[in-house]
Amino acid sequence: MATQAGADGASEPAPAGGVQLETRPPAVVVSGLTKSYGDIEAVRGIDFEVAAGETFGFLGPNGAGKSTTIKILCTLARPTSGRATVAGHDVVSERDAVRRNIGLVFQDTTLDNYLSGAQNLRFHAELYAVPSAAVGPRMKQVLDMVGLWDRRDSLVSTYSGGMQRRLEIARGLLHAPHVLFLDEPTVGLDPQTRSSIWEYINDLKRREDITIFLTTHYMDEAEHCDRIAIIDHGKIVAIDTPEALKASVGKDRVQIQTADDDAAIKELADVFGLEAGIHEGAVTFSVESGEQFVPQLFARLSVPIRSVSVSRPSLDDVFMSYTGTTIRDAEATSTDHMRQMAQRIRGRR
Amino acid sequence: MATQTAQPGGIAAPDEGLAAQIRVAVPERSLRSDLRAVSIVWRRELIRFRRDRLRAVTSLIQPLLFLLVLGTGLSSLAGRNFPSGVDFKTFIFPGVLAMSVLFTAVFSAASIVWDREFGFLREMLVAPVSRAAIVVGKCLGGATIATFQGIVMLCLAWIAHVPYNPVLILTLIGELLLLSFTITAFGVMMAARIKQFQAFMALTQMLVLPLFFLSGALYPLSGLPGWLSVLTRIDPLTYVVGPMRHAVFSHLNIPPAAFAHLSPGITWNGWLVPIWLSLTIVAVMGLVMLGIAIAEFSKTE
Repeated sequence: MATQAGADGASEPAPAGGVQLETRPPAVVVSGLTKSYGDIEAVRGIDFEVAAGETFGFLGPNGAGKSTTIKILCTLARPTSGRATVAGHDVVSERDAVRRNIGLVFQDTTLDNYLSGAQNLRFHAELYAVPSAAVGPRMKQVLDMVGLWDRRDSLVSTYSGGMQRRLEIARGLLHAPHVLFLDEPTVGLDPQTRSSIWEYINDLKRREDITIFLTTHYMDEAEHCDRIAIIDHGKIVAIDTPEALKASVGKDRVQIQTADDDAAIKELADVFGLEAGIHEGAVTFSVESGEQFVPQLFARLSVPIRSVSVSRPSLDDVFMSYTGTTIRDAEATSTDHMRQMAQRIRGRR
Repeated sequence: MATQTAQPGGIAAPDEGLAAQIRVAVPERSLRSDLRAVSIVWRRELIRFRRDRLRAVTSLIQPLLFLLVLGTGLSSLAGRNFPSGVDFKTFIFPGVLAMSVLFTAVFSAASIVWDREFGFLREMLVAPVSRAAIVVGKCLGGATIATFQGIVMLCLAWIAHVPYNPVLILTLIGELLLLSFTITAFGVMMAARIKQFQAFMALTQMLVLPLFFLSGALYPLSGLPGWLSVLTRIDPLTYVVGPMRHAVFSHLNIPPAAFAHLSPGITWNGWLVPIWLSLTIVAVMGLVMLGIAIAEFSKTE
């Protein structure tokens, strides 16, 4: 089940997105990486590569080891064993070189609310020793990119949650890193703001020659990635393009509205040997090649059918099939909620 | 909060793609880049201090209360036993200066804990600069604003009948700077370990008042009972308040007997500690604590 496609991942042809990946060395190489905190094994031996120019997503529930992996790749934590390189530099022995080449947007904001947007960027530029002559033009460029140039002199405490996140993305790009890490870039934002953040990220991929490494526990966001790794309990259980992962599940989801649901479920079991249940108010079951199955359904089912819908597998189904559980949304929702509260308090200060 | 996100469609022309990207190369880490980091961390402290006028004002209220209320109130009580020719306010003025510096320096170190809670510390910790640069910048920043607060108090010297003699003023500023640096280093060292803001504030409050009361800011160091005498000699603040009082008294016409009684100097078992040694002790303590703070912040998970 656990397909470790990581090793040959880099040699794959360029995924959709238009960027030619040619023969540049991979942006991130991870092999046999583990990290324990006392008795707790947060990361339990993972291997993967991220090609230069790729958008790579880590998908998994909270506590799966996503943030720990990002922390190690950003040199904020030391691996317990195994090794990792980012932009060709070892994350332990060449820490400064790694830091010069990466940009970071953390799960929780790391902006200084007492400073203006521009002052936050200037602080960053000085800390990264960006050549003085380049600071002004580059600041304008990244602030334009996220649509905050007009608000640059306002205090960050007056920014909305979405604006703060965009400012962080701009700041992460200021020193033109090779790899941009986005740790849950849209967590705690409302759906509309989330999708607008994604428009900026997609736009950024067109403008800058950059590798993006992101973590998320939102299935729909993983669709934006060229490739995703599904991580659960500190291990990678699958790595591939979203399309290939969905194809690997094989089965389509069929939902039918009937005059008598109970009779339909019984008949599906008797006639086709299919296990069906009621989800979202419709009789639901999985079957290979759903479109071809529908005519048989009409021919052999005696219960009148009012409507049929066939859908390709979603990443939810993929996650379910690889881990046996649904992504623990209940848990995710509660942490999101707490973050939002924290942000509100922060905004008020 | 009302401003909603602008749509990305409205930003620069699509033609400005890769070609227009401004090439930025982050140079290798060097002494120069570390100094740039020290300077920007220092400047951030100053900008924040300027923005936070309320903090600037409130941290002066307590020393002012001591000088005006306690100073005036106690001078009538002290009047009988107090050597003639010296105002009680003059006597406590060096202690009040030290106090104004003490609170500001501790608050400035507290901002590290604050930065940690609100994430900004991380922005500094992942930068390609040495952690030493960040800690040093922070300590210098705290020392600068604390000294500034001390200077504001110094402007009120006339209330305590302390003359505006340039040599005296410069001496006092130098001593305040030294004290500010050491206290900030102490605070930063504590902030490396204590992660919760409330815990940090509770602990420092618990330490700051005893430091102040044991420093001889409000009473002379001579003729104390043995236990108190020992405690005052352990308090680092003593080694700044003593020299500051000596400097103030040297610029006034104080009868020798009163001078000897009120500013007897710091003695170790009868040996008079010279002023240069007092100040060196404070400086060394500051540097040691700075070193510990740097070591603490350089640790990686």
